[in-house]
Amino acid sequence: MKKTDVIIIGAGPVGLFAVHQLGIKGLKAVVIDNLDKAGGQCIELYPDKPIYDIPAVPECTGEELTKRLLEQIKPFQTGLYLNERVEEVHPEKENWIVKTNNKEEFMAPNIIIAGGVGSFEPRKISLKECEKFEGKSVFYAVKNKDNFKNKNISIFGGGDSALDWALELSKFSKITLIHRREEFRGAEHTLSEIRKLEQEGKVSIKTPCQINSLESEKELKSITIKYDDGKTEKIPTDIILGFFGLIMKLGPIAEWGLNMDKKTIEVNPKNFETNKKGIFAAGDICTYPGKLRLILSGFHEVALASVECFKRARPNEKYRFEFTTSSKTIQDRLGKK
Amino acid sequence: MVKIIYKNNQGNSKTLEVEKGLSVMEGAIQNDIPGIDADCGGAMACATCHVYVEENWFNKIPKAEDAEVDMIDMAYEPKKNSRLSCQIIVTDELDGLVVTTPEKQS
Repeated sequence: MKKTDVIIIGAGPVGLFAVHQLGIKGLKAVVIDNLDKAGGQCIELYPDKPIYDIPAVPECTGEELTKRLLEQIKPFQTGLYLNERVEEVHPEKENWIVKTNNKEEFMAPNIIIAGGVGSFEPRKISLKECEKFEGKSVFYAVKNKDNFKNKNISIFGGGDSALDWALELSKFSKITLIHRREEFRGAEHTLSEIRKLEQEGKVSIKTPCQINSLESEKELKSITIKYDDGKTEKIPTDIILGFFGLIMKLGPIAEWGLNMDKKTIEVNPKNFETNKKGIFAAGDICTYPGKLRLILSGFHEVALASVECFKRARPNEKYRFEFTTSSKTIQDRLGKK
Repeated sequence: MVKIIYKNNQGNSKTLEVEKGLSVMEGAIQNDIPGIDADCGGAMACATCHVYVEENWFNKIPKAEDAEVDMIDMAYEPKKNSRLSCQIIVTDELDGLVVTTPEKQS
């Protein structure tokens, strides 16, 4: 079990800036996120889209903002635990214990939930029967290519992930690429490679159609797809791969006993504490009268929450408000001489 | 004010007076219409405000731009008449528009 002062759930801009606000106060933190990289919605939803409302930064993309925040928190050498989803939160005396889906455990007197709209998860195929084959013959990511050799693979989706994997897996498997409309929206050159493979008979492309049913005995045997005009076609299939992007799911947060308003957590706007002592919420996931879902609001929220975190993590010390421009202590913590 | 009719997948409908200039998504969110999540807040980035637009209306509203159609690929059970309700701006011409929410958004 790892002990720290604050467990931050969510590595989006608000979670990252929380590290800074805690760090300059001398508090240690860990950051946990379900994605494989830091940045949250900024990286996942709009890495290339410009943001115009970060104070003193007239324009920057989601990716740039993330990079700068990571740069800003570098001096604090904070542990980033990626690909980890927080499953359980429970109290132990004055502390909170947090467990992730990969059985990592953390203990701290404070938790800051900066979880955006929840964790990103792959959007699944809507056909109910696919559920029971998930992880066996239905996948939403390729972790180990070796499991996808010498198979009949049906790939669903029209974006880069679907096209890239169709190309890659066609080297050693029979690929059928299925999409709901004629147009694909992946990179041009990938698409032309795929079209070439189609002519050579190595990849077969089916559009515009969607999955209609699947046929199985013990194992998946084939799928039936349905075209827009109502025609159906059976395709021998060992493995289904679905690439429909990511959706945000609130997930287990809803079960931690926090006061919620729809998908958001109610907080006291004085210190952004929830109804549970030592659990704070900031950024898009929190709500209070007048709440605005802006990155800059999230920055403000974690600044205030960090003061309360200090009081709980250092009950015997007096909190002293300081400016970064004049405080030697802060400058030391930032590694400035 | 413009009349917008929100139907759910069970066929139950609710008629709202929505202010001109708002999106069909905003009209739903402000009036607690279930079935529209709008997780990204209207940024055309999540496909959780997905609706089906009744056939006779589909061709009357301004066509979806490419980015919207790409995003609809990510929606739950997209159909030919699928749109993101955050991209349909309420105007006088849309008085009586009927949209149906899918079984679920995610």
